[in-house]
Order: sequence, then C-alpha cells, then structure tokens
Amino acid sequence: MRLRYGFRTFLLELVMIAAAVAFLFPVYALVAMSLKDKQQVASSPLSFPTHPTTRNYSAAWSSASLGDALLNSTVITAVSLIALVALGSFAAYFLARCQNRLGYGLYVLFLLGIILPFQLGMIPLFRFVDDLGLLGSYQGMIVFYTGIQLPFTVFLYTGFIRALPSDYANAALIDGAGHLQAFTKVVFPLLRPITGTVVILNAVFIWNDFLTPLLYLGGSSKETVPVRVFAFVGQYVSDNGLVFAGLVLAALPIIVIFLLLQRYVIKGFAGGLKG
Amino acid sequence: MTLIEDEPITLATPAPVAAGGRRRRLRSRMPPWWFVAPALVVYGLVVLYPSISGMVYAFTDWSGLGGKSFNGLANFRQLAHDDAARGSVRNTVLLTVTILFVQNGVGLLLALGVHALIKSRALLRVIFFAPAVVSPVMVAFLWKYIYDPAPDAGLNGILGAVGLGSWRQDWLGDPSIALWSVAFMVIWQYAGYSMVIFLAGLEGVPPELQEAAKIDGAGTFRRFRYVTWPLLAPALTVNLMLSTIGGLKIFDQVYAATNGGPGYATETLSTIIFKQAFVYGKLGYSTAIALVLALFVAAVSLVQLYYLRRREVTA
Repeated sequence: MRLRYGFRTFLLELVMIAAAVAFLFPVYALVAMSLKDKQQVASSPLSFPTHPTTRNYSAAWSSASLGDALLNSTVITAVSLIALVALGSFAAYFLARCQNRLGYGLYVLFLLGIILPFQLGMIPLFRFVDDLGLLGSYQGMIVFYTGIQLPFTVFLYTGFIRALPSDYANAALIDGAGHLQAFTKVVFPLLRPITGTVVILNAVFIWNDFLTPLLYLGGSSKETVPVRVFAFVGQYVSDNGLVFAGLVLAALPIIVIFLLLQRYVIKGFAGGLKG
Repeated sequence: MTLIEDEPITLATPAPVAAGGRRRRLRSRMPPWWFVAPALVVYGLVVLYPSISGMVYAFTDWSGLGGKSFNGLANFRQLAHDDAARGSVRNTVLLTVTILFVQNGVGLLLALGVHALIKSRALLRVIFFAPAVVSPVMVAFLWKYIYDPAPDAGLNGILGAVGLGSWRQDWLGDPSIALWSVAFMVIWQYAGYSMVIFLAGLEGVPPELQEAAKIDGAGTFRRFRYVTWPLLAPALTVNLMLSTIGGLKIFDQVYAATNGGPGYATETLSTIIFKQAFVYGKLGYSTAIALVLALFVAAVSLVQLYYLRRREVTA
C-alpha cells in the first residue's frame, strides 16, 4: 500500500486506537482491581486506583505458592522443548530424506496425531501413567508433552527439510563424516528458523496447557502455573483483589517474554502454520 | 516474512541411475533408522497406543474398578438418549461456528487496519495479539469477573456508566446467553491470532498488483475483493482449520468460566468427556463420546482441507 498519510488514514488510525482501548478494558479492570483493598473493590471496582496498594500482590504470591508453580512450569516446559527439538528434528530428517513408501507411511502416521483429539487416549494414558507411578512427577509430564506435540513438530521440521538441498549433508558424508555428525554439524544449524518456530509454538502450548497437568499433577507439589491458579482462584473466589493480583503475577512472566521477543513470537505464530 | 515460504524450491536428489556401486553409495546417504526410532517410540506410547485402547474401550462398560466387558453399541445408544450429551454436541457446534465466523471476521478487519500505513501499527499488533499467549484458564477467570452479575461490576458497571443500564445481564448465569458470553471471551483472546495469520498473508500480496488495479480504476472494495482476497486463500485455510479444531476441542475456558453450567447450557463435548470419566467414573461411556469427537474433528478437518486447498489452486 503506497497511501500517503492522508485524512482517511488518520480516521482509520483513530478507529483502530479506539478499538484497542475497548479491547484493553478487561486488562484495565484486572490491574485496577488488583491494586485496591477489599473496601475499594467493593465500593468502586472500576475506578482508577488512586491509592494503590501492593498488599494483594504479596499475599497472592505466598498464598498461591506461585514461586513453586513457576519453577515447575519452567522445568517441564524447558525439558520438553529440548526433547521435542531433538527427537523431532532427527525423525523429520529421516522422513524427509527417506523418499520411499516407508518414509511416506511413517510421515502420514505422524500426521495422524495432529487430527486425533487427545481425549480419545486420555483415560488409557492416565491409567498407564498411574501404573508406572509417574502421576505427580516431572517425568510423566515431560514424556506426555514430547509425545503429544511430536506430530506437529515433525510436520514443521519435515516441510522445512524437504525444501532444503541435500547437497550440504552429502558433501559432509563424502568428506568422511558419519550421518550423526553430518546432521548435527551441518544440517541442524541450517534448521534454525524452523527450530525457532517449533520452540515458540510448543513453549506457549506447554506453558498454558491445563487439562493434563490438572489430571497428572493436581494436588501434588509439582503443579504448573495454570493448575495452581485454578486451585488458588477456587480457594479465594470471594476476594477479587487478591485473585486478580494472583492472575497478574501468574501471567506476567509470559507477557514479559512475549514483549521482549514479540517480533519472533508473532513471526513464529504466523509462519509456522503455513504448512 | 514467513519462515518457510521457499518451500516450492525443492531440490530433490537426482534419481540413482548408474551401476551397482554408485547406487549403494547413494542408498547409504539415507539417514539410518535410529534417527526416527526414538520419536516413534514416544509417539507410539503417548498417542497411538492409548488412542487405540480408547477406541476399544468405547465399546465396553468399563468403570475403572474391576473388569470390563464388551457391550456393543450400548454406549452410543445411551449417547443418543442422553440430554446432556446431546446438548453438548449442539453447544460445541454452535460455539465452533460462531468462533469460526466472528473470530476470523474480526481478525481480518484488524489485519487490514493494522496493515495500513497508520503510525500505531506496530504497537496495535502487539496489543491485539498479546492475549493469545496467556493461559485460557486465566483469561476465563478475568472474564468471569467482567461478566459479574452485580450491577456496578465489570461489563454491567460500564453499561450503567454510559447510560445503558437496561442492557445489564447475568452474562454467565442466564442459560439463554451464557454460551454466547463464552464465545465472546474466546474471540477476544484469539482474534489477534487470526489477525497475525491474515497479516502474514497480506504481506505476501505484491504492492504492484494493488497499484495496477488502482490505475485501472478499481476502488478500495473492488481491490480487496478481486486482488487481495483471492491471495489470502492460504491464510484463510490455516485460520479456518485452526479455529474449527480449537472450537471442537474447547475445554479450558468452559471448565474455568462456567463448568458447563448453568444447567447444561454451556456443556461441550470435552467437558462432558471429562465429567463422565472423572466425576461419574463411566470410563467406557466417556471414551465413546471421545470417539465421536475424534470422528467429528477428523471429518470436518479433512473436508475443510479438501475444499479450501482446491480454492487455493484456483486462486
């Protein structure tokens, strides 16, 4: 669009800013109420917090044990991401380069996992994890996320590798490198853009996932942030100021990371889905 | 802009033609089987094996305690007569269709607005997209307050302040509007996500085409209808698939905001599956509903993919 910044553009700008202000109203209500004591919340919930208090925040931080929940979420997300990138990229490299019926069949088998809703295997898997004694453990969640997100990860990696010339790896093989070396030293570094997409999309999914951690970790000391927040809100449901301070604290880490990396995150969400 | 847009330039390895020695060397260029084995094992254990078990359990009276025996189609017959389950099918379809149209409509408008040369475009993009990275459970709790029935709280408070007090509602407590309130909350969270995908599509529209249409005398609407819109087909495919699958599987927002209530007014397939299994202990029945959901998702996404991809080819 080569439009000058004329009157029509100015009007559009006003409309878009008005839309953004209306869009942000729930966020304003959230922050405003989290900064008020019980009396102010009851008397004037939506007014601007003229006498802000941070008491809700310190109370929410300790009574929701958010520190522990953040640690649990970080460990589970980080280790799952490492496993997904490692297993996913190796598998996709095989599937992309194995251009016969075996390779194609396995690729379709992986794609099936994108369509299957996880509820179909939810109960058998729950019993299975229970039998292995992995309920309430990091390991159970990490293996779960690796398995459940592999189809999507393999799909993204395979599409990217197929478009990549195989000459680089072949040159390394001719020079006497093994397949492991050729992949890790030559091919994997070339996958950086798609690895970024894989990490961003999976990180947001795993960090925010709710139902499975509720089933596997609910009531244990390994609860992730959404599960902890769910329990916390249920416990203090009548104290809006406290609940909202908890919500702000729980959402803050991912919001800050998003703002810092917004260009990459938006690119990842937009680009990764062009299958 | 898009990360894998070079996809069509596939440089396939030349087919092996020469004598045995050369073919052997080419075959050895294929990565060994153990590259794929670990992923296959984890995928098999977490997805394939439990899903196949689920398909089998759907035809049993499994309750979690003691044994289970096959009962044929009894679960599915029960489903056909279970008002809560039938209502959940209806609610799930209504929610999905609403989200499909409204979220993508709003997302497209936002994308067109933010794509124009306005000065606040970078900031607005971040603002509209931000809710999509936050946990749906937390967004639901925030909206639970916005939908607070008290006259001076949340949305009702705003309506009162601007003189529309008569529009106040018990947004989540009134069975006739609760489902729409849930849909609105989901759309608020994910309209920015649709926007971002449409934006990627818009950035792929060559400015020369716009320019040429303009010189030919096409107005804003006609330029959009005949130049931009057909070229947005791939972005539309992705958006429609994402919102359909997301809508059909929706659980977190409903569970946190209404838990399916009031009555069964906002019950969805996923909340019913959860309740039948973990509240009533009817594991066989629950997996039967899950199988119905799976067939739903598979059928709709395959049909959509087929039609939308065909549209992309003609565009």
